[in-house]
Amino acid sequence: MSILTYIAGWPLVAALALVFVPRNYRVIIRGIALLATLISAVLAVKMFVQYPGAAVDADGFRFVQQVPWVESLGISYHVGVDGLNVGLILMGAIVAFAAACCSWEIKEREKEFYILLLVMSGGILGAFASLDLFMFYFLHELALVPTFIMIGVWGRGERKNYATFQITLYLSLGALIALIGLIALYVQAGANTFDIPRLTQYIAAHPLSAHAQNFIFPLLLFGFGILVSLWPFHSWAPLGYGSAPSPTSMLHAGVLKKFGLYGLIRIALPLAPQAAQSWMHVLAWLCLGNILYIGWVAMRQKDLNLLIGNSSVAHMGFIFLGIASLNLIGVTGAEFIMVAHGFLAALTFALSGYIYQKTGTLQMSELGGLCRQLRFIGTALLMAAMAGCGLPGFANFVGEVTVFFGSWTVFPLVTGLALWGALVIGAVYMTRAMRTVLHGPLPDKWAGLADATSLWRKFPYALLLASLFVFGFFPRLLTEKITPDAEKIVAMATTGTNVSALAAPQSRGRESAHYSFAENQSLLTSAATKQ
Amino acid sequence: MMNASLMSLEIWVIVLGVVLMLADFFIAPERRRFLAYLAIATLGTLLITNLSAAATGTAFSGAFVEDTLAIFFKRFFLIAAMLVLFMSVEFSDRIAGGISEYYSLIVFALSGMLFAASANDFAMLFVSVELITITFYVLTSFQRSRLVSLEAGVKYLILGALSSAFLVFGIALVWGTTGKLNFTELAAVAAQFETNKIFLLGVLFVLVGIGFKIAAVPFQIWVPDVYQGAPTPTTAFLAVGSKAAGFVLLLRVLFTALPSVTAHWADLLIIISGITILYGNLCALPQRNLKRLLGYSSISHAGYLLLGVAALSLTGQAALLYYLAGYLFTVVAAFLVICVVMRHLDSEDISGLAGLHQRSPLLAGTMTLAMVSLAGIPPMAGFFGKFLLLKAVIQQGARNHGYYCLAFTALVGVVISLYYYFGVIRAIYWSKHPPDLSPIPLSGSVKFAACVCIAGMFWIGLFPSVVLNLATEAARALTL
Repeated sequence: MSILTYIAGWPLVAALALVFVPRNYRVIIRGIALLATLISAVLAVKMFVQYPGAAVDADGFRFVQQVPWVESLGISYHVGVDGLNVGLILMGAIVAFAAACCSWEIKEREKEFYILLLVMSGGILGAFASLDLFMFYFLHELALVPTFIMIGVWGRGERKNYATFQITLYLSLGALIALIGLIALYVQAGANTFDIPRLTQYIAAHPLSAHAQNFIFPLLLFGFGILVSLWPFHSWAPLGYGSAPSPTSMLHAGVLKKFGLYGLIRIALPLAPQAAQSWMHVLAWLCLGNILYIGWVAMRQKDLNLLIGNSSVAHMGFIFLGIASLNLIGVTGAEFIMVAHGFLAALTFALSGYIYQKTGTLQMSELGGLCRQLRFIGTALLMAAMAGCGLPGFANFVGEVTVFFGSWTVFPLVTGLALWGALVIGAVYMTRAMRTVLHGPLPDKWAGLADATSLWRKFPYALLLASLFVFGFFPRLLTEKITPDAEKIVAMATTGTNVSALAAPQSRGRESAHYSFAENQSLLTSAATKQ
Repeated sequence: MMNASLMSLEIWVIVLGVVLMLADFFIAPERRRFLAYLAIATLGTLLITNLSAAATGTAFSGAFVEDTLAIFFKRFFLIAAMLVLFMSVEFSDRIAGGISEYYSLIVFALSGMLFAASANDFAMLFVSVELITITFYVLTSFQRSRLVSLEAGVKYLILGALSSAFLVFGIALVWGTTGKLNFTELAAVAAQFETNKIFLLGVLFVLVGIGFKIAAVPFQIWVPDVYQGAPTPTTAFLAVGSKAAGFVLLLRVLFTALPSVTAHWADLLIIISGITILYGNLCALPQRNLKRLLGYSSISHAGYLLLGVAALSLTGQAALLYYLAGYLFTVVAAFLVICVVMRHLDSEDISGLAGLHQRSPLLAGTMTLAMVSLAGIPPMAGFFGKFLLLKAVIQQGARNHGYYCLAFTALVGVVISLYYYFGVIRAIYWSKHPPDLSPIPLSGSVKFAACVCIAGMFWIGLFPSVVLNLATEAARALTL
């Protein structure tokens, strides 16, 4: 059995085991949940370390395992990693463990909460590891549904019920649109397999017709786009995260949301390349909506969690920009931010959850001077905010700068505007928020706040911060793994660029020079290896 | 040509029904409820012995056909009847008199369904439909002291009689124009009558009669009232058995008897399927009565099942059969819980489920899994079923763009349905101030039936190959 099966399987087995534990054995319930996520995180680190030396199969995947499931439809349980998902699995497992650690804020119905948390973790790790289109969707759906229940039951704030229904209906709709796109892809390909490597090979040999691509790609783009809060389909995100209990926001904003982006890169770009090229400039302008408009909205927030939620939506814009650039540097950068933002979003939601648990409010006007009382939490929050602004040293900087290098050659205007959003708007709302929350006079009512003092309490925050630093200082750990496989994706996504008849009407305006792949290639590879 | 050995299953079931009825004379009233176990044991034996041999062929000059499709549905009906009998044992204290009559009526309805599964002739179709419908008139109004039960029976009687009239009129028109009653013979000549208005009107009337059985819009009007008023085991049998009988007849008529006509009716089927999905889901939204809610949900599921018919393909028919198999365990599970939990309540309001997770974790789990499966969430049977249906519909999209619209309608329906299915789950786990927290005593038969349903939902969802292969084999028996 592949190590990936264990990484995704332990949380699911633990969830099943918890069903049979009586609800008053609280310590045991928490212990099982922590142990299962810890094992899965340790295994993920082991997998990440062993990755370069592992045996590679014919399709370029490592740690592969395949078990037939429904043979008549060509569905199998097929897991494996390459550069595109190795970082995501590592990040997902670490965030899942941190989220389980941070679940001490849950005081009622703990058993149900931990079961749902474990299903969510196992499901999404399985989805990232999956190389079968059906399993990929199936496991994500398995992870998505607990989110809704957790927000509905353990959520906070007056608008909890509204937020629950909004996020449930919005995300289910997005997931189902993507499902229709995936089924249409399977049907149109005619290969009678859901296996992603087989499907990719088959489509490389028999490309989909332009008509089918133009039908399928928008379904995938907007279906996945809703799941990732692509502007203007983002409105579920800030409110949903604001109302969710912090372990849920950590897992969803950090890990689950990356599913849509991963799906775009792994499936939509290589399998519907011509349609992808014709839609990329639309995507580039939409991502400006994320970066500029949502950044602007974030500046106006009065609630810390809504601000973090909006900033997390804004960060998705950089990833979309990287994807839209459709070149090696851009896609590598997008992949890098996906990992970095996972750690960052989990960290900020964990910290704001700590503050909410101690103070009972996240209204910034009521907070202030918290750094005096909460030395560790305050400092960690400040560092997270700086990482969010894109300060060098944190992993986010590496990813964002790579994306900008990649997108500059293709969309100079959009990149210029996005840079403004990244450097100015992000810095304005983050530093302003930190000033109001952490500095200034400490209101009397917060004089008795207790900081996270024990090593155990500090651990999850320290773990996430350390991960941000590790990838910030040693980006090669990740880029070396991403680049070869991103190159394959880019090569597939940019095939047939010269067949102008296939391009949709929208693409008429763009200069074909942007996609003269061979010319760019030498420039890009040298730049990528340099950084 | 009389080949009675093919019909041994039906004969045994009818004998069983008669035995149950006669047992009334010999068995003391307080022991009669245990007759159900005799019936279950007999049906179980028949399921194992009679259908494993899988002899195929025809009898009654081709009016009765035993093929893979018939065998698939016969297994389905036997399992449904056994589970419903388990439920009836639990319900027996609420039926004032004649529990053994109730059992024997269920068995007679079952025999009607078994004949329907094998019907290959319009006469056989009509007889089996009447056998099912007339027993259900009695089963629906069996709680003679409850006004709602009587009201449900009368409504079902009037609308059922109307639909039977349409059915028999339609059969008369078809026979009058073509001179054929046998499906196989009809298929050979139907192409000549494709433009004959009277013939087409006859086919349409037959579809009206079958549409009533499966509760497709616009013949769904009886469903909520009858589901709400009928005794709960009857409702479960109506939702599973009667609906499935309607579907097997629909498949035979559309794809065995009239494939050449059906091929032109894709648009009609698409529209009916889409409207049924939307109607069922939208009307279920405001419901507070649980049985009524499941009634509307059963209308929407008729719409999902029609996706498989509308696809006009082998994969669509196989998906329909697979979906029905999952639907069987899911719906029986939901009604089983209602039957036990709502024992002392006048109306089956959703609030009656409050605190169920403390009163009986098994029942709470069963109901939750049933709702999750109905909503189509992995890893339950409903998810894979909806996936197969959507796949079958999208596969036809290149031929007719209406199929894409239909797929999107189904998608909207699924999103709407999440709201009310989650409402039920919320009532179980998170209602404030539950009025009654006393534990619910569970009899062994309820526990067993609940476990069977849970196992069925998981098994069909997690290991779809077995059922899917059976369904594909069964669908191959149809011509189109």
